[in-house]
Amino acid sequence: MASLDRVKVLVLGDSGVGKSSLVHLLCQNQVLGNPSWTVGCSVDVRVQDYKEGTPEEKTYYIELWDVGGSIGSASSIKSTRAVFYNSVNGIMLVHDLTNKKSSQNLYRWSLEALNKDSSPTGVIVSNGDYDREQFAENPVPLLLIGTKFDQIPENKRNEVLTRTAFLSEDFNAEEINLDCTNPRYLAAGTSNAVKLSRFFDKVIEKRYFTRDPSQMPGFTDRKRFNFKSLHYD
Amino acid sequence: MSFLVDSVIMFTSQVLFFGFGWLFFMRQLFKDYEVRQYIVQVVFSVTFAFSCTMFELIIFEILGALSTSSRYFHWKLNLYVILLVLIFVVPFYIGYFVVSNIRLLQRQKLLFACMVWFTFMYFFWKLGDPFPILSPKHGILSIEQLISRVGVIGVTLMALLSGFGAVNCPYTYMSYFLRNVTDSDILALERRLLQTMDMILSKKKRIAMTRRQMYQRGEDQNRQTGFWGMIKSVTSTQSGSENLSLIQQEVDALEELSRQLFLETVDLQATKERIEYSKTFQGKYFNVLGYFFSIYCVWKIFMATINIVFDRVGKTDPVTRGIEITVNYLGIQFDVKFWSQHISFILVGIIIVTSIRGLLITLTKFFYAISSNKSSNVIVLVLAQIMGMYFVSSVLLMRMSMPLEYRSIVTEVLGELQFNFYHRWFDVIFLVSALSSILFLYLAHKQSPEKHMAL
Repeated sequence: MASLDRVKVLVLGDSGVGKSSLVHLLCQNQVLGNPSWTVGCSVDVRVQDYKEGTPEEKTYYIELWDVGGSIGSASSIKSTRAVFYNSVNGIMLVHDLTNKKSSQNLYRWSLEALNKDSSPTGVIVSNGDYDREQFAENPVPLLLIGTKFDQIPENKRNEVLTRTAFLSEDFNAEEINLDCTNPRYLAAGTSNAVKLSRFFDKVIEKRYFTRDPSQMPGFTDRKRFNFKSLHYD
Repeated sequence: MSFLVDSVIMFTSQVLFFGFGWLFFMRQLFKDYEVRQYIVQVVFSVTFAFSCTMFELIIFEILGALSTSSRYFHWKLNLYVILLVLIFVVPFYIGYFVVSNIRLLQRQKLLFACMVWFTFMYFFWKLGDPFPILSPKHGILSIEQLISRVGVIGVTLMALLSGFGAVNCPYTYMSYFLRNVTDSDILALERRLLQTMDMILSKKKRIAMTRRQMYQRGEDQNRQTGFWGMIKSVTSTQSGSENLSLIQQEVDALEELSRQLFLETVDLQATKERIEYSKTFQGKYFNVLGYFFSIYCVWKIFMATINIVFDRVGKTDPVTRGIEITVNYLGIQFDVKFWSQHISFILVGIIIVTSIRGLLITLTKFFYAISSNKSSNVIVLVLAQIMGMYFVSSVLLMRMSMPLEYRSIVTEVLGELQFNFYHRWFDVIFLVSALSSILFLYLAHKQSPEKHMAL
């Protein structure tokens, strides 16, 4: 079993939206039976086939870092959380479809994570204000996930979906709406599953197959050689 | 006519307090959550409004504002409403929201909420038995029964909070107790945390890969029919799954370690921020204040011990005693009645304002620390209950700080309670709480430097 290459994806969102259930569903293909508070950060791994079905198919490890806590935490907690945000290759923003505040807090979450990006091409934000244009040229791929879809009554569905459509435009990201306690939403062949694998493919491409050298500033020469050998395979 | 005017004044002030409670709820407590159940907000603001009205009535009593009869009427009215809210409304809603959080009991929410409320009432009633708080001439449904029990709970809370606050305040203010934390300590801990995460990841990768291979092999195995095929599949999967469960155990242990490291790092970061803060001008000011508070705390503990040992309850309030001392020893002559009124007004006002402010700040901190999306409603209601009981017993205990002529209305309204018992009970619980906080803080302080030595 050769060791595969990996990419790091953050899973961010308010406490209680369902990040741990989502990560468990994505990695274990099972529903999480007893969700409890995440203290610090919990990680899980998903084995993903990049470009499945084509001759260039390759398997990667996708590390999902589920960072716990709320956006209004004490500054000591925020400074400690910041160590998890280093060298991130993708971000999944999770919000609760039944709770508007959790969607609004996603702007603050993304600022917190992207501000800590150590690479020089990371987003530089002035005085914490959110600016849509910065997300248009953002080097880190984002995915918007709305949970507890089943708890929205039928008549409110359109309203909620319009709201999330605006949100995904703001972040320049795809959106998936699901219920973490039902694996049917991510079954193979559904549009959700397609969007998910597209997102993971994009993350892997940005990390390993982009030709822009400024995308990998902190990496040592060893990684450079790795990249070249991949290219020559 | 004057009664009408007084009522209008009282009503406007109540509306003002209600508005303040509403704003506090929206801006401070619930600023990160979405308010879905407006009833919670209403109940909280109502409790806050009526509690503050009680304090307002005390101030009016001292100032002599409004007429005596309307004051008495409003006291009684206020008291009934607040008891109604604290004993019937808030506990029922607490039960209702707790029940709605539990998935199993969704169907019969109302029924279970009523059951919870009856259990609460039973324990609430039983609470009165071990305490000598009533004289036998009271009936079973009199107001004194309810007040005495609310008073016991509230006084216990007050004493616990005061005891802990009296010890914790100098501990947090004084920089003498700040442990020395350097940047390299924090960096070392963060490095360990990331290393642990990497170890968890590599083990999880092994598990995921093994599972994937087993799954792929399992598909092939399923095609193999026959006796030998079955035996082979049993033996191979068994060794695979044993291996997996071993790795899973290691992962669980590592995850626990990562959580502890995270919490330690948060602790160090908080200490570092406090050290930086103590170097500022504000920090230095609080440091000096901390020394004064520690002297005050030691004095209070001493006084509480004396009160208990010598079985003494102060008969005169501090204002009159202070005035007596100035008149007798310093020979300054001044109008005792006039000054005692104003000084006790100021003193009581300061006590009220600081206790409200202190309580609201403590509640906010507590709320931020322990609430989540699911439990925020329940926690706010519990806090409203605590706040109501705290304020009611503040009024009870404040009796001691007021000169004799103002005490009469409190005694009249609250009925014939054994006030001395409450003061004694306060002293006992205060002493217990202060001493156990000292012990607790000492142990916590001792433990952390050893943790860093081990690094």
